[in-house]
Amino acid sequence: MTGKVNKREILVEQNDEYIINMGPQHPSTHGVLRFELSLKGETVQRVVPHCGYIHRGIEKMCEANTYRQIIHLTDRMDYLSAHMNNEALSLCVEKALEIEIPQRAKIIRTILAELSRIGSHQLWWAAFGMDMGALTTFFYGMRDREMILDIFEETCGSRLLHSYICPGGLMHDVHPDFVPRIKEFITYFRNKLPEYDRLLSGNVIFTTRSKGIGKLSYEQAINYGVTGPSGRGSGFSCDVRIHQPYSAYDLVEVNEQLRTEGDVYSRYMLRIDEMWESMRIIEQLIELLPEDGFTAKMKPVLKLPAGSYYQRVETARGELGIYLISDNEKSPARLKFRSPNFSNLFVMDLLSKGHKIADLVAISGSLDLVIPDIDR
Amino acid sequence: MNGLLNYLKEIGAGIKTLLTGMRVTSGYFFSPKEIVTQKYPENRDTLKMFDRFKGELEMPHTAENTHTCTGCGICENVCPNGSIQILTHKKENEEGKLVKQLHTHIYHLSMCTFCGLCVKNCPSDAIVFNQSFEHAVFDRQKLTKVLNKPGSILKKEAKGL
Repeated sequence: MTGKVNKREILVEQNDEYIINMGPQHPSTHGVLRFELSLKGETVQRVVPHCGYIHRGIEKMCEANTYRQIIHLTDRMDYLSAHMNNEALSLCVEKALEIEIPQRAKIIRTILAELSRIGSHQLWWAAFGMDMGALTTFFYGMRDREMILDIFEETCGSRLLHSYICPGGLMHDVHPDFVPRIKEFITYFRNKLPEYDRLLSGNVIFTTRSKGIGKLSYEQAINYGVTGPSGRGSGFSCDVRIHQPYSAYDLVEVNEQLRTEGDVYSRYMLRIDEMWESMRIIEQLIELLPEDGFTAKMKPVLKLPAGSYYQRVETARGELGIYLISDNEKSPARLKFRSPNFSNLFVMDLLSKGHKIADLVAISGSLDLVIPDIDR
Repeated sequence: MNGLLNYLKEIGAGIKTLLTGMRVTSGYFFSPKEIVTQKYPENRDTLKMFDRFKGELEMPHTAENTHTCTGCGICENVCPNGSIQILTHKKENEEGKLVKQLHTHIYHLSMCTFCGLCVKNCPSDAIVFNQSFEHAVFDRQKLTKVLNKPGSILKKEAKGL
């Protein structure tokens, strides 16, 4: 018997590519996310994100909980915009039950959402500066965020995971100090926000590291479904607050912030602009706040009519969609979250191709990823 | 010559932005009134949490060792994580009738997510959140607590006696 043995070489790393893992324990991902990087020298060839390290099965857990109990699970997805997540589910349930909530509850919801947007952008600014090597920004961002957290703590009882907005309105009325404290915060932060520009936005090291890096074009932003400040930085007009106003956004003037460059710097500046815009929205809403009525009359057990419902809200990171299928039971038959971070994450490969490995942190930081929201 | 000029200009611009940032930080460095840091373990005595702060579940008792919990079990049902267990027993009241009464109200602090549904839904306002926040213990058994004090009874009944 004769045979022929062919020698075959299997190349795992082709064309001198060097594969390394960034994460799951990497300080710049702000959570447990692993990037599989393929490098050629110092240039990034390919980025493959591996998610699922903090998967808790929130969507499945929702199927075993009542609608009021689900609220505390939505907090734990995108913890920096907990109010918006609570609001999304509450709006979806109210849409299904065809309940109109009091005007005061609507306005308070919107104020809280805008405050948490500012707080989220402050934390992002603090951490982004730190990722880029400027530790000072971390302390300045955290200092200003403390005032927002105090407002939340006084009214909701907790600083991060509030569970305050519930189907039908709010858990309880706001604290009497709520309005004076917000007014105090706005006058304080109006003076402090220009400091952010002086510290980081104009810094020559920062601008050279961020301008022209990680370009996302208008078409790519739409194709990948990149929403929120990351999408608007590429000129994609995707603000749900303007296109489908919910809560009290139709009562006030909201200017959509848009920038067309699509690089790290434009995404950075857009978030600074959004903080100014959020302060303008809160100032308008404070004037409109009626005297009483924080919750609508609700049945003790919520049973949604059979059918499917969809509700979108704008969180600090983009568009959060909630798709709810009900079969007239106490808990949903299926609940799907369209989380903004999941879509935003998958442009990482596109953005970092051809850039140096040192730019990778700047790019992933500019997308403002919150990992628990990706994995859910 | 032009290249050198540009090079020097860039250095000048770099130093200028550096100084702009340094002016902010040095401004704070020389004004100690602006310091916002709290010295946490030292200021324990003066540190006061907000009234609504969700610390730890507590059952308020009066001086006569009475509470208002009827043992209805709504908080147990409404809790999303099963951190509350209510054990009841049948006991005679002053009219000689057998009535369901609270025996032990068990609270698992380790499972609690502080959503506040139990406090909100309690029909007799028997449980509240207190302001404690230092929950760390060396033995996890200590995180399971019994909220009603030994020998305590329902408030209404206590009035009758």
